[in-house]
Amino acid sequence: MNFFRFIKESVKVVLHGNKWYYTWLLFLFALIFWGAGGYIQQLDKGLIVTNMGDSISWGFYIGNFTFLVGVAAAAIMLVIPAYIYNWKPIKEVAIFGELLAISAVIMCMLFVLVDVGSPLRLWHMLPFFGKLNIPSSLLGWDFLVLSFYFILNLVIVTYLLYKYFNKKEYNKSFVFPLILLSIPVAISLHSVTAFLYNGLAARPYWNTALLAPKFLASAFCSGPAVLLILFQVLKKTTNFKIKDEAIWKIAELMAYAMFLNLFFFFSEIFKEVYSNTEHIVHLKYLFQGIGENNDIVFYGWISIIISVIAFLLFLIPATRKNIVTLNIGALLIYFGVYIEKGIALIIPGFTPDVQGQIYAYTPSLTEIRISAGIFSIGFLIFTLLTKVAVAIIFDSFSVESLKKKKAAV
Amino acid sequence: MSKKTKEIHEKVNREENLTRRGFLKATAAVSAAAALSACGSKAAFEELFQRHFKELSKEEIEKIINRLENRYSKKYGKKFSISVKGPIEGTEFAYALDLSRCIGCRRCVYACVEENNLSRSPQTHWIQVLEMEKEKGVDFHHSNLHYSHEEVPHEGHFYVPVACQQCRNTPCVSACPVQATWQEPDGIVVVDYNWCIGCRSCMAACPYGARHFNWGEPTIPAEKVNPDTHFLGNRPRYKNVVEKCTFCIQRVREGLYPKCVEACPTGARKFGNLLDPESEIRYILKNKRVLVLKEELNTQPRFYYFFAA
Repeated sequence: MNFFRFIKESVKVVLHGNKWYYTWLLFLFALIFWGAGGYIQQLDKGLIVTNMGDSISWGFYIGNFTFLVGVAAAAIMLVIPAYIYNWKPIKEVAIFGELLAISAVIMCMLFVLVDVGSPLRLWHMLPFFGKLNIPSSLLGWDFLVLSFYFILNLVIVTYLLYKYFNKKEYNKSFVFPLILLSIPVAISLHSVTAFLYNGLAARPYWNTALLAPKFLASAFCSGPAVLLILFQVLKKTTNFKIKDEAIWKIAELMAYAMFLNLFFFFSEIFKEVYSNTEHIVHLKYLFQGIGENNDIVFYGWISIIISVIAFLLFLIPATRKNIVTLNIGALLIYFGVYIEKGIALIIPGFTPDVQGQIYAYTPSLTEIRISAGIFSIGFLIFTLLTKVAVAIIFDSFSVESLKKKKAAV
Repeated sequence: MSKKTKEIHEKVNREENLTRRGFLKATAAVSAAAALSACGSKAAFEELFQRHFKELSKEEIEKIINRLENRYSKKYGKKFSISVKGPIEGTEFAYALDLSRCIGCRRCVYACVEENNLSRSPQTHWIQVLEMEKEKGVDFHHSNLHYSHEEVPHEGHFYVPVACQQCRNTPCVSACPVQATWQEPDGIVVVDYNWCIGCRSCMAACPYGARHFNWGEPTIPAEKVNPDTHFLGNRPRYKNVVEKCTFCIQRVREGLYPKCVEACPTGARKFGNLLDPESEIRYILKNKRVLVLKEELNTQPRFYYFFAA
């Protein structure tokens, strides 16, 4: 059958590369191995190997999960101009956004998996088999939307690549509705993840209506930032091509998203500082520290400072169109939002805890190990998928090229 | 090779051996676990696919109880009994705590530990006694959980013990993605320790810090273990599941007071049936002025505080 051949030939593509490619894979496997070691430890001893506790019951894993949900949802920043406005320069690369979304969703699922105490019991969440608590549990919704978004992107990408591989036009009436559907699903995915925190009246730091809009705004700059960096790397290492206009357009959209993100952030700050209720204590913990507990103050400030710098770099056309400042800006946005989601969102939400007590949390080595392992799995998946996609789209790897090769032999 | 470098080499070798041994041990443990669930022990397999407590038939529950009783009896060297006694018709339990009597001695905390088989290491407490400043009033942000004075009460301070408030509106139950925790008809919020996946959503949702997670394997010294247990209450727990105060479900459904009520040396703790007009709790609601914690969150606790003196 043709499809199996497509898979078989893709596997062959994935297995061949230059020495840099193999070195990269080896590096990823080493990290995955390192992370797996940490996970074995965690399975054996329990979550006690993390620095979480009854006061801070979610930590680095859930922070990473939240960040990556944003990266996954941000694929639509390419999908909308590409397919809705049919803008050619981005259409050529939109599929890589979807590949990133697939990799990010897999990482999200892995972060939930390692955060859950009893992973073997996860079947309790399956509809029909288990006892999924819908509609009231937001984690239940998140699980459903995440799975749906994953399947949707997988179908779209596989279908498109398979058609390109066969040198056939894709069936618009099949794939276009799916692409359209992926837009609201992406927005829902990130909103539901925000609601997971937002709905908790017990945690005033998260109990703000701005949380979901802020999540979307930050996702729409951090996701494309990851893509911009990856595009540069692909351009250097493969035959991947992207027009400058496409990059500039993405950067411009990111500037708007970052503006909204910062605007929401300052609105929050205003509300807390001016009303000066007891709830300000969480912001205080983030930006001033409470007493001797100031472990995360550095991160709070650095995240906001580099986000502002990045915003300016992306706002000014001259720096947006200069490849050096553009890349610096993309890196700054990536780290700005990563710190914001990984540290500045979760930890102050739990500190002080609901009884007013302070437990200073920073991730343990095991948490960092396992997280590094999961990121490596994500990068590995993205690398392999991209290898096939680049081969098909830019290296004329197709049914015909395979036929020619056969004929030559 | 100099003596020193030799020593270093030996040390490195030893460490390598150790980590290798650790790794082999871990691998063995994982493959053993895999073997256990794949083909080996029937009990482990059955437990993995055990249904939600509310969906179990009478026979299934009997079988599970039998298995657990045998396991615990063997482990702790005592005859165990695990009750599944349901709510008594016409009961809705509630609690009242007299803040002017509480002296912060924490006897309730440790009585609870013994009664409810709480893990001694890592240490779990279902009751947290917060020391507050008299000048600030009931204010969590100016409270201290880890006070350690020679004598209590400490000058200028009063004490607010906090455990599960058995809310009528339960954010924890809503947050659970798998319905592993629910409110019983008599008002007690319980957890099915075999169904909880350990996601800790309920802990993020609880405004009182009443839910506790078994971060490591819970341990109870065999001579200290309480063998009179309830399936949804004080039976020994597993690692990676959430647990919480159940008003001593194993006692109150048998007509006894929760252990903390008995342990309190000042009589600050009161307990009773809200549906019984003659109960002490109804007397307090009628004759004292009560307050609940964080009333603005609309959780509507069944745990009242009052100042009697």
